[in-house]
Amino acid sequence: MKIFSRCYMALIYIILYTPIIVLMLISFNGSASTASVDGFSFRWYAELFSRSDVFDALKNSLIIATLSAVISTVLGTAAAVGLGKMRSRAMKNTVDTINNIPMMNPEIVVGISMMLLFVAVFAMFGDTMTLGFGTVLIAHITFNLPYVILNVTPKLRQLDKHLSEAALDLGCTPVQSFIKVELPNIISGVISGFIMAFTLSLDDFVITYFVSGAEFQTLPVLIYNITKKPVKPDIYALFTLLILTIFVLLIISNVISARGDRKLKGGKGVK
Amino acid sequence: MNKKSLMRSLPVIPNLVWGIIFIVLPLVFVLYYAFTDFDGNFTFANIIGLSDYAQTFLLSVSMSVIATVICVLVAYPMAYFISKAGPQKGKILLFLVLIPMWINLLIRTYSMMAILDDEGFLNSILTALHMGTVRIVGTKGAVIFGIVYDFFPYMVLPIYTVMSKLDKSLIEASSDLGCSKIQTLFRVILPLTKSGIISGVTMVFVPSISTFYISQKLGGGTFDLIGDTIERQFSNPTTYNIGAAISLVMMVLILLSLFIMNKFAGDDTDEAKGGMMP
Repeated sequence: MKIFSRCYMALIYIILYTPIIVLMLISFNGSASTASVDGFSFRWYAELFSRSDVFDALKNSLIIATLSAVISTVLGTAAAVGLGKMRSRAMKNTVDTINNIPMMNPEIVVGISMMLLFVAVFAMFGDTMTLGFGTVLIAHITFNLPYVILNVTPKLRQLDKHLSEAALDLGCTPVQSFIKVELPNIISGVISGFIMAFTLSLDDFVITYFVSGAEFQTLPVLIYNITKKPVKPDIYALFTLLILTIFVLLIISNVISARGDRKLKGGKGVK
Repeated sequence: MNKKSLMRSLPVIPNLVWGIIFIVLPLVFVLYYAFTDFDGNFTFANIIGLSDYAQTFLLSVSMSVIATVICVLVAYPMAYFISKAGPQKGKILLFLVLIPMWINLLIRTYSMMAILDDEGFLNSILTALHMGTVRIVGTKGAVIFGIVYDFFPYMVLPIYTVMSKLDKSLIEASSDLGCSKIQTLFRVILPLTKSGIISGVTMVFVPSISTFYISQKLGGGTFDLIGDTIERQFSNPTTYNIGAAISLVMMVLILLSLFIMNKFAGDDTDEAKGGMMP
């Protein structure tokens, strides 16, 4: 049984990682064709760094991810706080349902539905505006919102309700009580919500594809457009760099969270 | 609602307004486009015209069902073995399954092209060995493999989450009471991890039925899935109405199947979704 389970897992990992590893190897192959091996070279990396479209798209992606993560974190945290204090059950369910639609719906429907709205509104204003930066930003804020709320809500539930009541009794305004009492206690949820929003935004292709128009490209949309035609290996170099970046970031975040766990356990031991 | 409780829920207002404008209103537009023609007149023609796409719907549904079933069959033992490996080792083994989830789907799909394409890695090995070439890209099998490959981590994660919380004493009890290992699996472990399977199925089935990149690349453009059809309708303003009708039907189809599935599962699927957080 032990041997069987080990072989099974090994086989799955081999299937999962072979395409990714082959892709990385091809990016270091000097030949222009994937069918012939021409020795180790950084040729495609040099060609990649001379492409301005890749850097423009990367810049767009980072700007959209940062802005949409900041805005959705502010909106989402406020919403989570408000939802926690809301008395009316029906009202709370309505807001929750609306927020959850983009998570349940297939991405393609979210994308085309927003595109239809934007196109219709633009037509009303005589087509002086087009799909682009603004519409992509709005779309990203929209699909990020539920994930921020999802991250903040559990932290709010753990919070002692009497704390903010005490702050109000002692003369804090609601805003002061939020900043001085609630926010420091839920900050870890707010930060993880922000990080999740940022990564979801960087990663999104389908929704962005429908609302980005012809001029504005994020990195995933650029990759889609490039891979429509037969590609040169400089794209494999781009993929390799992206994969390596993700790999490094994942390892760093795991090491940090493992350290946090250990600290937590240590603290409990002392107590 | 009195004034005080209105004040309390004030922070929800921006979110609610945003949701109505950018989530609900767009869906109203889908409905509107689906039931009007290009000039804005009310019509059933788009919905009736969908019979032309019956073949595409059938193909999409059957391919994503097959892919989802394969995903369950492959991911379940994987999750089981990982949960058996102990907490320390299990963490690393799970991490290895989840890494691909963080790599963009376009890149993962294209990485398969590098191997399976007519001039790809596999065929160049076969040619070097004088074994001729195989044509993989362009077949339905390639697309199904692509879906399974791309969404596999989303199936392992929720199953593993439920399985790792499983009370070990239940398994001991079942073997004490005379169950064989196989009986324990089918009569104890499987029913208790059903909620994990259901949220895994949701997470794989919904994106796979609406995919268009995987079928464009690995299908080589030889056949269309619903996603491809929708994508094409929306690249030309004159066919937005048909596109909206197809999207509407697909959305209803998906929501209906999720609803039916959740009926079978009861309410305990939320717990498994909690496992989404890394």
